[in-house]
Amino acid sequence: MTRERKNTGDLGEALAARYLESRGMRILERKYTIRGGEIDLIAKDGAYTVFVEVKTRRSAAYGTGAESITPRKMAALWRTAEQYAQKHQLLDAPMRFDVVDIFLQRNGNPEITYIKNADIHA
Amino acid sequence: MLAKVGSCGLMGLGGFHVDVEVDVSSGMPCMEIVGLADTAVKESRERVRSALKNAGFAYPASRIIINLAPADLRKEGPIYDLPIAVGILAASGQVPFSGRRDTVFLGELSLDGEIRGVHGVLPMLIDARSRGMRRAVVPEENAGEAAYIEGLQILPVRNLSELASYMRGEKEMVYCQPGKFAARRESSGDIDFKYIKGQDAAKRAMEIAVAGSHNIFLIGPPGSGKTMLARAVPTIMPLLTFAEALEVTKVHSVSGELRGGIVTERPFRSPHHTASTASLIGGGAKARPGEVSLAHQGVLFLDELPEFRREALEALRQPLEDGFVTVSRVNARVEYPARFMLVASMNPCPCGYYGDPSGKCRCTPGQIRRYLSQRISGPLLNRVDLHVEVARPLYEDLISAREGEPSSAVRNRVEQAREIQRERYQKAGILVNSQLRGGMFDEFCKLDAACELLLSSAFQSLNLSARAYRRILMVARTIADLAGSGEIREEHVAEAVQYRSLDRKYWGGEV
Repeated sequence: MTRERKNTGDLGEALAARYLESRGMRILERKYTIRGGEIDLIAKDGAYTVFVEVKTRRSAAYGTGAESITPRKMAALWRTAEQYAQKHQLLDAPMRFDVVDIFLQRNGNPEITYIKNADIHA
Repeated sequence: MLAKVGSCGLMGLGGFHVDVEVDVSSGMPCMEIVGLADTAVKESRERVRSALKNAGFAYPASRIIINLAPADLRKEGPIYDLPIAVGILAASGQVPFSGRRDTVFLGELSLDGEIRGVHGVLPMLIDARSRGMRRAVVPEENAGEAAYIEGLQILPVRNLSELASYMRGEKEMVYCQPGKFAARRESSGDIDFKYIKGQDAAKRAMEIAVAGSHNIFLIGPPGSGKTMLARAVPTIMPLLTFAEALEVTKVHSVSGELRGGIVTERPFRSPHHTASTASLIGGGAKARPGEVSLAHQGVLFLDELPEFRREALEALRQPLEDGFVTVSRVNARVEYPARFMLVASMNPCPCGYYGDPSGKCRCTPGQIRRYLSQRISGPLLNRVDLHVEVARPLYEDLISAREGEPSSAVRNRVEQAREIQRERYQKAGILVNSQLRGGMFDEFCKLDAACELLLSSAFQSLNLSARAYRRILMVARTIADLAGSGEIREEHVAEAVQYRSLDRKYWGGEV
């Protein structure tokens, strides 16, 4: 991965975390990684444990970030979330998936699209 | 929370009860549909999700398990969209749900929350009614057909928001007015016997065919009016009774051919000659009814009969004999009614002019024999009671301003003859002469000595089969009924034999 792409991702994640906190959520984990999957952010929103996928783009040429979540990526997210839930004994607790889509415009202002309860399924 | 919503399933023309159980609980968010559902049902997931969101409801971030019970019967189609959506709304506490066990829900959702019409509503709801259901929530599009079921309250709904306002009690439920049945004749006013010039012999044969519900072949050169005669057949048939209309509507409902409301006219089906066996008889992956069933209580018209595939024609033999077809599928066999009147037209030879006075025909005897006998087997021909030659009309007939007898007058005679038959067969359990079987012949088709003599000589000279012999008796019976005669007389037998003699002329050795 080039430095530039990694930087874009990290920047997006930081922006997303700040955005979610501004909505009253508490960030529990960043880059939660297991073998076979990674969740960008895990947050607490009231009773809900929220698994957040952050998609950051510098150009709209290839569609929005949210569109780039493939079935395979979804399955990986779902597995990782399930594993996290198991580990923290949350399997019967309320959970959901959110997607934060960040478009970094040329003038440096990010455009944030927030999808609550996104349709992520195994 | 758990919600249980009533719905229906369809197997052939019968229905069965389906309980849509929806469990909404916390846990990994997902939506699973179990209970032997086909692809269209599995796709409900996406439609319901979008429809709920776009209609302004919350799609719960929960674990949603949907069970379609009983789990051993296959569920097909998009009809469970609506009960699933209702179940999710109820289980997630977004609308109050009475949990009334006497209500069924049917309907497909579009992504914006509108409720779309579905197939098979009439047979499913007739079954639901018989199981004691009192109320059905159906798409507005299907309300027309559903309204004819006595004792079932029909609540038509346009979209999810409307349904929610009913359930919340914000809007008073307006049930459908019960349907009032009125049979109609062929609506297109330009088809009537009176517009068919000349062709008196063919018209007479048609009248006999309809009176006794006999199958009929029309043989003649191109342009002689075979198709026009065939299209006029429904105009001289008795009007549909309500019970018949329900039967017809069931079949049309299942095949998705219904255009609002109930069928009020006798069907007239004329499949193209390239039709496959499955499309004629019924079948395919979903065991849909074929043309023979769509023509139930009406006319199946096969134009240019020899052009049809031979195996398709041979497959007609069983429904012609039995009045129903059995279609097998992977895990069930379904039966569809197929009591239709077969009207078939054909040219007598490849060029079409064999036997025409113009002498234009240049076909060799071999060609003619091949044209007919290779496509149309003896067994099929045997099941057709009347064969009529339709000659090209004479010039004088065409230009004459004299209108023929109108269809309504012919229909009156047909209805009288049918009434006679109905009375006579009350105990036998049949309706018309063409349904006579086995021992009934001795009872209802007694012949005097003169008739016997006539028939035995015809049997010899025409080289008839036993089935053809019985067919002649049936037709003679119908001719006698049209004449209002209790006994079959010599002239009736003579006329009946005349409608049979074509098998020899074309299929026999004369060519």
